[in-house]
Amino acid sequence: MMENLIWGYVYPNEAEIQWSILIVLYPYITGLVAGAFIASSLYHVFGKKEIKPVARFALLTALSFLLVATMPLLTHLGRPERGIEIMFTPHVTSAMSGFGYIYSFYLIVVVLEIWLSFREDIVKNALNSRGWKELLYSALALFSYDISEKALHDDEKLAKRLAIIGIPSAAFLHGYVGFIFGGIKANPWWSTPLMPLIFLMSAIVSGIALLILLYIIAMKLRKHAIDHKCLHSLAHYLWIFLILDVTLEMLEIISMKYESLEEIEIINRLLSDKIATTFYGVQLTMGIFIPFVLLLLVGMIKNRETLKMIMISISSVFVLIGVFAMRWNVVIGGQEISKSLSGTLTYVPVFFSKEGVLPAIVILTIPFIILIVVTYILPPWKDMEEEPERNPDK
Amino acid sequence: MEISRREFTKIGCRVIIGAAAGTAVIESLVTNGSAAGESPKGEYDWNEHYWGFVVDTKKCIGCGRCANACKLENKVPFDEPVYRTWVERYRVLRGGEVKIDSPNGSIDGFTDDIPAEDIKKAFYVPKICNHCDNPPCVQVCPVGATYETKDGVVLVDYDYCIGCRYCIQGCPYGARYFNTEKRTADKCTWCYHRITKGLLPACVQACPVGARKFGDLKDPDSAVNKILDEERINVLKPDLGTKPKVYYVGLDREVR
Repeated sequence: MMENLIWGYVYPNEAEIQWSILIVLYPYITGLVAGAFIASSLYHVFGKKEIKPVARFALLTALSFLLVATMPLLTHLGRPERGIEIMFTPHVTSAMSGFGYIYSFYLIVVVLEIWLSFREDIVKNALNSRGWKELLYSALALFSYDISEKALHDDEKLAKRLAIIGIPSAAFLHGYVGFIFGGIKANPWWSTPLMPLIFLMSAIVSGIALLILLYIIAMKLRKHAIDHKCLHSLAHYLWIFLILDVTLEMLEIISMKYESLEEIEIINRLLSDKIATTFYGVQLTMGIFIPFVLLLLVGMIKNRETLKMIMISISSVFVLIGVFAMRWNVVIGGQEISKSLSGTLTYVPVFFSKEGVLPAIVILTIPFIILIVVTYILPPWKDMEEEPERNPDK
Repeated sequence: MEISRREFTKIGCRVIIGAAAGTAVIESLVTNGSAAGESPKGEYDWNEHYWGFVVDTKKCIGCGRCANACKLENKVPFDEPVYRTWVERYRVLRGGEVKIDSPNGSIDGFTDDIPAEDIKKAFYVPKICNHCDNPPCVQVCPVGATYETKDGVVLVDYDYCIGCRYCIQGCPYGARYFNTEKRTADKCTWCYHRITKGLLPACVQACPVGARKFGDLKDPDSAVNKILDEERINVLKPDLGTKPKVYYVGLDREVR
């Protein structure tokens, strides 16, 4: 069995793949967080009015995923009970040691941003309800009920400033995840200064795609018309970031192949054998090329809103799958080549195990449950259903 | 042949007594092989030493005793594919193809699975943690659980390691592994428990041909310095800037 999984020579200690599907999930989840946050800041910071319907919803999405971002890591640790040491005694030369601080800082930014943008609703709810609800919303309002015009204006100003801090921290949160891989000189498939940028672009792409899908699903569930202007605007940004993403990804591969250093033979083998399907098929064709063409058509076709919505939905699903494949190809792909540069090995995911597919599915389901709960407490629907573009579906 | 229970116990007892006596003999021999050249009971000062390791690939015969001795000495599980040291076999075939292998880290030795006439040249390369002067594993540890000692040895604090395995990813030489019992990273210590008592690492002790040499780089007359002063030496993956302290004599270009 082992023999079939190994080709050529791998160092004896490499027989076991160290970072499993859970570590694929970790950059995937933080990517969705960063992407959703950056999508919301298109409205909050850059004043893109057409994004307004989903701006607050995007923040809630970011929070829901952010809350589970540590789960795959803690599940994977050999000694999860010592995980907190990363906060108490961070070893500063390690890219990983920043995680606790960057994560906590970002969590505070997201929570504050949500609080400021929902404060008016929270206060109104606190004033208009009784019993435990009153208590809940009063607590959420921090027992401060000033919603005068001036107070709200100050909130907005503060929220904007916070979002301005939020963008670099979102970029940092995820760019840094890219550096965790990009800074490993031992692994030629990981070691590239482009890695943080590639991670960031694919993060934005995946976050926007997730937001599009959640928006469409939410509106369908609530039986409300979709604001096509908002949808098209999101699709437009998705398209732009797809181009940036594919440019960087291709740049990395092309320069690797062009420079043809010592490791090129094993990289070629990785690309043509080990991850050929997930790289060329899923990551590039399904995840980038098809959505790119579909979204281009969406931009060209006049009217026919239902068709365009379907094309945007398909693109978003494909992008989400493609970005997952990208994370897979980096995390798993990098471990499928031996550092001896003379062999490859194969990762076989297990379903029922601590680091198996089942916990991965569970962890990926939790954010959606959190999102349902959060949107129940802080409904973002008002902006999503306000001033509906009454574009009749044709 | 039928063996009664009584006879079986007798034989068993003899084997055990014999093994115990054998160990005692070996132990007395071992004490002669001293690394630091000081009494095993003497106080150890890590400021006085800076350890280095030399591998003479031309001498290695691929018997795998080093890998075996290491697992015994350091209680590295025999039934798991984890190794603190191992021996690689390189065979350059007539067609130019290079076959590399290290079945079970060479613990059981090697078998001839390619006819000798098809082989142009062949050699063995013992591998071990390089105890780099610029260790990437230490750099990437998020909590500082792995560190370099004053006498130049890279160790893991098993009571502090969180088991994230980043160091295993960061090591370019595949020298680290995950200890499933401790649930932390683990690696070669150059037998730190032995060298600080003036003994040699188990693998050096076990090598029957002197392909592995261990000694103090601060001592101009040490076994390693003698070789470093005379031979042309190289280290593994010098381009990565890790500054290994395992020096190789007769390192072939195929070896990574």
